[in-house]
Amino acid sequence: MRSSDRTDDPVERTSSGGLVRFSELPPGVLRDIALVLVADAVVGVSFGAISVAGGLPLWVPIAMSLLVYAGSAQFSAVALLTGGGGPVAAAATGLLLNSRTAAFSLAVADSLGRTWPARLVGAHLITDETAAFVIAQPDARSRKAAFWISGIGLFAVWNVSVCAGALAGSALGDTGRFGLDAAFPAVLLALVLPALRDDGNARRAGALGAVIALAATPVLPAGAPVLLALAGLVAIRRKSPDHPERPGSSS
Amino acid sequence: MNAYLVCVLVLAAGTYVFRLAGPVLHGRVELPARVQELLTVGATVLLVALLTTGAFTEGQEFAGWSRPAGVLVGGVLAWRRAPFAVVVVGAAGATALLRLAGLS
Repeated sequence: MRSSDRTDDPVERTSSGGLVRFSELPPGVLRDIALVLVADAVVGVSFGAISVAGGLPLWVPIAMSLLVYAGSAQFSAVALLTGGGGPVAAAATGLLLNSRTAAFSLAVADSLGRTWPARLVGAHLITDETAAFVIAQPDARSRKAAFWISGIGLFAVWNVSVCAGALAGSALGDTGRFGLDAAFPAVLLALVLPALRDDGNARRAGALGAVIALAATPVLPAGAPVLLALAGLVAIRRKSPDHPERPGSSS
Repeated sequence: MNAYLVCVLVLAAGTYVFRLAGPVLHGRVELPARVQELLTVGATVLLVALLTTGAFTEGQEFAGWSRPAGVLVGGVLAWRRAPFAVVVVGAAGATALLRLAGLS
C-alpha cells in the first residue's frame, strides 16, 4: 500500500521524466531502510515525550520536527530550552550541529534530481541517515532511489512518531533501558562499513577524524568536534593511476 | 514574539540554508573529480566521527561502557555481513543486557 502513494508523488519525478521505483534498489536495501525507519520512530517518540515532559508546549517539538527536521539538533535545542540555556543558545547549538549537513548536501546533490522542485524539496530531506544510504549504493540510479525512498519515509515516520510521543508525554519511562542509544551508532557503523572496506583513504581519514572528534568532545561545544573531524582528510593519499588504491573491490 | 517560535524559525531557516548548499551549487560549478572524491570521503569521515562520539560520549561526558560495548557488538556483526536487523538488535540487546547486569 505504501508503494502506491509513494511512487505517484510528484516530488519523485526527475528530469528524465522517470519516477523513483522500489525496484531500483538492490535487494536488502529496502529492508535496511525499513529497519532504520523503525529505529527512528522509537527515537522520535522519545524526542516528543522528552520535550513535553520537560515543560515545552506541545507545538514546539512538532513544529521543530517539521521545520528543522534534524534529530541531534532537535535534542540539543530542547535540552537547552528546558534546561534554562535560553532560545539563543538553543538555536546557536542546533545550527552548529547542523552545519555538517552542508557537507552532506554537497556529497549527495547528484542524487536529488535536476528539477528545481526536486532540489528544493530534496534539500529538506538531507539527513545523516539519507546521506549514509546514498553513499552505500553502487550506482547513480540506486543512489537516487535510496535518497528519495529513505528521505520521504524518514520524514513521514519522524514527524508522526514525534507527534505520538508528544501526545503520550512522559508515560513511556526511561528509553535507555532498551539500549536504543547503542542502536544508532551501530546503524551508522553498518552503513559506512562498505565505504570503509573498499577505500583505504576513507579508512585512514575516518580513523584520524574519529580520534580528533573524540579528543575534542570534552572541550568544545556540541557539534564542533564532528566538524573538526574533517581535519582527518589530511590522511588521504593521492592515488597514482598505475598503482590503484583499491585491489579489485568494486562490489 | 514568542521566544520558542523565534528559536524554531531561526534554527529551521539556518538548517535549510546548509541543506541547500549542495542542490544549489550542483550543475553550476563543475567540481573536479578530485574534489568530488574528497566530498565523498569527507561525508564518510563525518559519519565515522558522529558514530564514534555517539558511541562514547553523552554531552561532554563519557557515556559509560555499555553503549560502546553494544556498538562494538553491532560493528562485529556488520563486519561479518550479518543482516541489518541482527546488527541493530545485537547492539541494543548487548547494551540493554549490560545495563541489566549493572554496568553503567
